[in-house]
Amino acid sequence: MGKIEWAMWANEQALAAGLILLTGGIVGVAGQFRDWEFAAYAIAAGVFVCLLEYPRGKRNKGTSVERTGQYCFTVCVKSFGPLTRNYYVRAFLHAAICVPGGFILATVLGCVCLGIASLIYLAAAIRGEQWEPILPRKESARKPVGESIKLPPQNPPPRPPAEMRRKRAEDLEAAAYVNPITVTANDD
Amino acid sequence: MITSSLGKCNLDGLYFLGITLTTDLKWVGFEQVHCIKTTGNGLKTSSGGWQKSFKMGNWIINHGLTYFILVVWMAINIFIFVWFYFLYDLGDRFFYTRHLLGSALAWARAPAAVLNFNCLLILLPVCRNLLSLVRGSFVCCGRTMRKQLDKNISFHKLVAYMIGLMTAVHIIAHLLNVEWYYNSWHGEYDALSMALSRLNDSGNTTYLNPIRSTTTTPNLLVFTTIAGITGVIITLALILMITSSMEVIRRSYFEVFWFTHHLFIVFFAGLVIHGAGRIVRSQTNANPPYNITFCKDHIEDWGKKKMCPVPQFAGGFPQTWMWVIGPMVLYVCERLLRFIRYIQAVKYRKIVIRPSKVLELQLVKNGFKMDVGQYVFLNCPAISQLEWHPFTMTSAPEEDFFSVHIRSVGDWTQKLISIVEQLPEGAQGPKMGVDGPFGTASEDVFDYEVAMLVGAGIGVTPFASILKSIWYKFKDSNPELRTRKIYFYWLCRETHAFEWFADLLQVLEREMEDRGMGDFLTYKLYLTGWDQSHATHVMVHADADTDVVTGLKQKTNYGRPNWDKEFEQVCQENPTSVVGTFLCGPVVLATVLSKKCVKYTDVDPRKTKFYFNKENF
Repeated sequence: MGKIEWAMWANEQALAAGLILLTGGIVGVAGQFRDWEFAAYAIAAGVFVCLLEYPRGKRNKGTSVERTGQYCFTVCVKSFGPLTRNYYVRAFLHAAICVPGGFILATVLGCVCLGIASLIYLAAAIRGEQWEPILPRKESARKPVGESIKLPPQNPPPRPPAEMRRKRAEDLEAAAYVNPITVTANDD
Repeated sequence: MITSSLGKCNLDGLYFLGITLTTDLKWVGFEQVHCIKTTGNGLKTSSGGWQKSFKMGNWIINHGLTYFILVVWMAINIFIFVWFYFLYDLGDRFFYTRHLLGSALAWARAPAAVLNFNCLLILLPVCRNLLSLVRGSFVCCGRTMRKQLDKNISFHKLVAYMIGLMTAVHIIAHLLNVEWYYNSWHGEYDALSMALSRLNDSGNTTYLNPIRSTTTTPNLLVFTTIAGITGVIITLALILMITSSMEVIRRSYFEVFWFTHHLFIVFFAGLVIHGAGRIVRSQTNANPPYNITFCKDHIEDWGKKKMCPVPQFAGGFPQTWMWVIGPMVLYVCERLLRFIRYIQAVKYRKIVIRPSKVLELQLVKNGFKMDVGQYVFLNCPAISQLEWHPFTMTSAPEEDFFSVHIRSVGDWTQKLISIVEQLPEGAQGPKMGVDGPFGTASEDVFDYEVAMLVGAGIGVTPFASILKSIWYKFKDSNPELRTRKIYFYWLCRETHAFEWFADLLQVLEREMEDRGMGDFLTYKLYLTGWDQSHATHVMVHADADTDVVTGLKQKTNYGRPNWDKEFEQVCQENPTSVVGTFLCGPVVLATVLSKKCVKYTDVDPRKTKFYFNKENF
């Protein structure tokens, strides 16, 4: 199957599972189901999973696409260091979180989805993948420029020979100057 | 006619609108010209008011039919939802069921009906052979209709979103239903609910509440009924399909998307069985003389009074299979057809390794008929049994073989090129399966009097086929060819991977000059990846006859094209024509070009009209 980074798919699945868990929990609490405490737990667990999974990690190969507004989440998740970088931790964490969801019907679906996400994360961890934060590129990456660029030019710019530059009066069409960008007129 | 520095502008349209002008048009672009009012001296532009209504007509021409189809689809969905909602919310047969469940019954059944409809629709846009057939037989119906078939994948995605949404509503409603059935059984509601729930499935009574014992929890109910188990399984399949079809996954790891998407087999199998348990029950003897208003308050009289026999219940007949059986059969036929095409023998006529790791394969297959700009799917069992990859064909239909040019961009293409490189001279290549050809908008290119062809990067490939075919047709004076002028715009970062295309253009250029047809094809090349050394080189050779980079007579331009200028030029040179714009390239460019087409299309039918067509894979 080529070089797939399983963590990317695990991340999508876990985020979906978090949302499903959250929705199931809300339905359970709002409908005042029996054993609604599990539903309340599911709401908290769902929110936690969503927050953890929202920032996408950096890909090893290729361009990483950020989710909208994920920067603050990236910073939070990054601050946990190896706990969030290592996918084994995530796999076991998700497996543990999903278990109480299996006790009531409203959250069963979220539980199973999160379980599947946990398995995919396990596969990613076994292949040695890690979560790297997507951080904005630093400005100092620009190549250093020589000092001479700051001095005024010593020579005139290179031009084709004079006879090419002279406008030919007999060929008005060709000599007309074409503006590549539309120019606004002065109102006077 | 007024001459401005931009060339000649056709201002007849303005006199038509009753606007007069001074001759002071120095700088104006085509857009401003329409909105100018005169003052004593100088010019003012009017506000966008009537300019917007002018553009609306163009928008309708270019996008109207698509949105009309979407409106019809949405209307059908809404109609089905409302119809089934009221069927379950008002029908007498469901009175007792509603007593236990409230309006959650209707909220569960209405999305179910919408789901039936959409599951019917979702298989149809992906039957590409079927769509080719439809496109072929609708030759009479005009290009606007056939253009809608190009948007099949977008429609598939839209229907998928609707399925996802309706599934969510359906599940939430059923969660509530199960919980309330449970509560009814345990007597948490009124006496009527208790009586209804305790109706047994023995002797001369039939049950209503699917929860049949005190120990059945909602979880247990779901996992011991057909509806419950199939429901959970198919929802899981749906979720996995959706998460693996996210843009990020699809663009980067297509195989994960493709293989996971085959879970649709599980989805449809489960969907068809989902209703077999007949768990939604309605009253069978609800017709008069049954008096529901009396009987509901007199439980003790059930079976004793004539107007209150004990209510009998039965589940609804499962209907989903009626909706989806047709498309399922069509899809099976589609896959069968693909398989048959796969096992047909394909021979190599010629294998050429072009510069910059481009592989040209010339193939021959019995009974293979193609049209311009079509693509095929190739499968090479030696590399991967299950992967099919699309490639646009670069040969013309007039030739007795079909060819593809393959660039090394991923695993599969790299492996193919390395296998071929190791072959001895003149040997046949690895066994190849070919599915197709599949049609695209390029088939319409001969119908337009004037064609603007824009190929960006790798997107220049279908135009190889088109240009060759146009040239063959022209040489044979084929009456099918209505094109009398072509503008070709080739945009790429650098020409390295496309020397083969430059060769083709050289050949065409020479042949056209030989016949004195230099005007037929106007092409412009834009190198967007130039740097200082390029520029210097070009300046030094400014006087040479042919271009230093491509060897063509037409000079290469640097940077991106100024589309306003290009469209104006086409407008001016073809004031009364219908112009077809064909693009094969990135989405951003498609947005830009479709906007320009809308902008420069004249609502006046006598004037230039632009139609935008995008090639899609």
